Amino acid sequence: MIALSDYLILGAIMFSLSVAGIFLNRKNIIIILMSIELMLLSVNINFIAFSHFLGDLSGQVFVFFILTVAAAEAAIGLAILVVLFRNKRTIDVDELDSMKG
Amino acid sequence: MSGNMENIYLGIVLSPLIGAIIAGFFGHRVGRSGAHWATIIGVAISCALSIFVFKYINIDGGEKFNGSIYTWLVSDGLKFEVGFLVDELTSMMMVVVTFVSLMVHIYTIGYMKEDPGYQRFFSYISLFTFSMLMLVMANNFMQLFFGWEAVGLVSYLLIGFWYTRDTAIYANMKAFLVNRVGDFGFLLGIAGVLMYFGSLDYATVFAGVSKVNGQTMQIIPGSDWSVMTVICISLFIGAMGKSAQVPLHVWLPDSMEGPTPISALIHAATMVTAGIFMVTRMSPLFEFSETALSFVLVIGAITALFMGFLGLVQNDIKRVVAYSTLSQLGYMTVALGASAYAAGVFHLMTHAFFKALLFLGAGSVIIAMHHEQDMRKMGGLRKYMPFTWITSLVGSLALIGTPFFSGFYSKDSIIEAVAHSSIAGSGFAYFAVLAGVFITALYSFRMYFLVFHGKERMDEHTREHLHETDKVVWIPLVLLAIPSVVIGAIFVGDMAFGNFFGKAIFVLPQHDVLGELGKEFHGWFGMAVHSLSTLPFWFAASGVAVAWFFYMKRPDIPEWFEQKLSFVHNVLVNKYFADKFNEVVFAGGSRGIGKLLWQIGDVKIIDGLMVNGTAKTVGFVSGVIRHIQTGYLYHYAFAMIIGLIVLMGLFVL
Repeated sequence: MIALSDYLILGAIMFSLSVAGIFLNRKNIIIILMSIELMLLSVNINFIAFSHFLGDLSGQVFVFFILTVAAAEAAIGLAILVVLFRNKRTIDVDELDSMKG
Repeated sequence: MSGNMENIYLGIVLSPLIGAIIAGFFGHRVGRSGAHWATIIGVAISCALSIFVFKYINIDGGEKFNGSIYTWLVSDGLKFEVGFLVDELTSMMMVVVTFVSLMVHIYTIGYMKEDPGYQRFFSYISLFTFSMLMLVMANNFMQLFFGWEAVGLVSYLLIGFWYTRDTAIYANMKAFLVNRVGDFGFLLGIAGVLMYFGSLDYATVFAGVSKVNGQTMQIIPGSDWSVMTVICISLFIGAMGKSAQVPLHVWLPDSMEGPTPISALIHAATMVTAGIFMVTRMSPLFEFSETALSFVLVIGAITALFMGFLGLVQNDIKRVVAYSTLSQLGYMTVALGASAYAAGVFHLMTHAFFKALLFLGAGSVIIAMHHEQDMRKMGGLRKYMPFTWITSLVGSLALIGTPFFSGFYSKDSIIEAVAHSSIAGSGFAYFAVLAGVFITALYSFRMYFLVFHGKERMDEHTREHLHETDKVVWIPLVLLAIPSVVIGAIFVGDMAFGNFFGKAIFVLPQHDVLGELGKEFHGWFGMAVHSLSTLPFWFAASGVAVAWFFYMKRPDIPEWFEQKLSFVHNVLVNKYFADKFNEVVFAGGSRGIGKLLWQIGDVKIIDGLMVNGTAKTVGFVSGVIRHIQTGYLYHYAFAMIIGLIVLMGLFVL
């Protein structure tokens, strides 16, 4: 039987991986988007695990919402990315510093 | 009857106002003659009704009036009303004000004949008459203050009547500012009355005196001051401003920049006596504060003596009369301080006639001399201007207190009253008023001799055109000369020593110097004859003699004095440096404080520190912070996560 803590550990590992993905990558902004998706998924795992073990379905309902939002977000994020690429001719994270003070 | 009387009082006040409105707002439509007819008729109605009221109340012993006409507002139980108090004192003031005003209105037709501001001038003087009547007829402090400020405003407008002259603008600003100082004290006094008596109505306040008397207040913590003294001195500071007492006298000589009729009406006969009237009206308050009375006495004595000296060195004919006005106002104030209110008001009345006469006489001379005011360029005018000469002589004789003339009775009553007074400072005051008699005679007759006698010092062109002025100018002179001679003898028994003012003036038994004097009074004739053997008469006579000797016989003596005593002469010519002192200390001081506040308070603290300082701080801080803002997405994300972790850590812990 897989215990609740196992799921939580998995979620935590996935979350840490995605955080690391955001910081360690220096090349590609798409990877940041993917890391964010991964972060959301790790949260989803937590939700589902709690839902299952506590016998409360609302956690799973919440996951559906998160998935919907994540899909919308990915669509918008990619669209922004395309526009960004058109303007800057690059998606290199290190070169996207026009907000520098 | 009282309903009728109410309408009469309203008519007295409103008819000059209507005249002023017609001449002021419709001046172009009614034209020059329309303006002077409208205002003269208005004032004439007022004057006739005032004389009727005077007869009704003072001679027939009719019913006095005290009631409100209109309630302006009620706030927390306090009423602000417009109302009239007409008693013996008021009715006398009404007659004086309207009569002198009427004379001045008529005179103005001649004096301002060629002035482009003719209608405006008539409008102002009628407005002044209205304001002054409101002041004297008030039955509460609010209306008194209204009249007080209104006459001040008109005075300001009229001093600056020739508004293209720089000196006139300077003078009216000065008058206005100096009066503000006095009015500030006056307002404090009224506030004190409201605070301790809980009412602004005269009758209520006077009835509450016994309750407030003896109370103390602490202005500076730790020292108890009598409430009555504080209120009375504050009120008197107002009177000092309006009645030009030292040290707030500086505006009056400068106010001579206005047209001469104004000098006569406002700055000699009526407005400047408002302070005297006010103190008299407040006699039930002043009587209970010996300190305040002493203060009044000493201020008056200083004014009476030291302002007289200044008249000796002036060469401008109007300024000599102006300084004599100051000195005479000092006499009235001395009388108030000695609790001889009736004598003070009596002198106010006689002075109004003879001083208006002297001013209008001076104005007549000025017209004839083509607006030359320097006495050194006059002389020998006697044979060219007989009416002006005679009336000016009458005015001068009345001023110096020649027996049988009006000024004698009032001034002698004051001097005697001061001699009998035992209040602190009365010794000095007695000396001052006595010496003042000599000085008054000296400068009055210096002016008289320089103008009307001696060598003709004007240039050839002016001499050829010298002639008596128009009827409208000399008829008022004659009409003023008559009361200047007789009014003293007629009223001295009743007004100074009798019970003329009834309950309008309140004197405590221990202060009642006039009552004491009244026991020795044996009719107007006896008083005049008796005076021939007293000091004031001989002082006046010697003053005239000295003036004659110095300015007719040996003109080299004054010159010799000027050279030998150049220090004294210099002090006098510079008016004791009072103007300079005010300019340096008060005007300069406030400019200095203003500059300090501007340079340090405004420029440095507000602009520099608070406005620009804020911006600079923000700029500096953001200059530091901007280095954190790298523009890299992952740095921001990192910051967010760090923040999240910190918050969660705090939450969990």
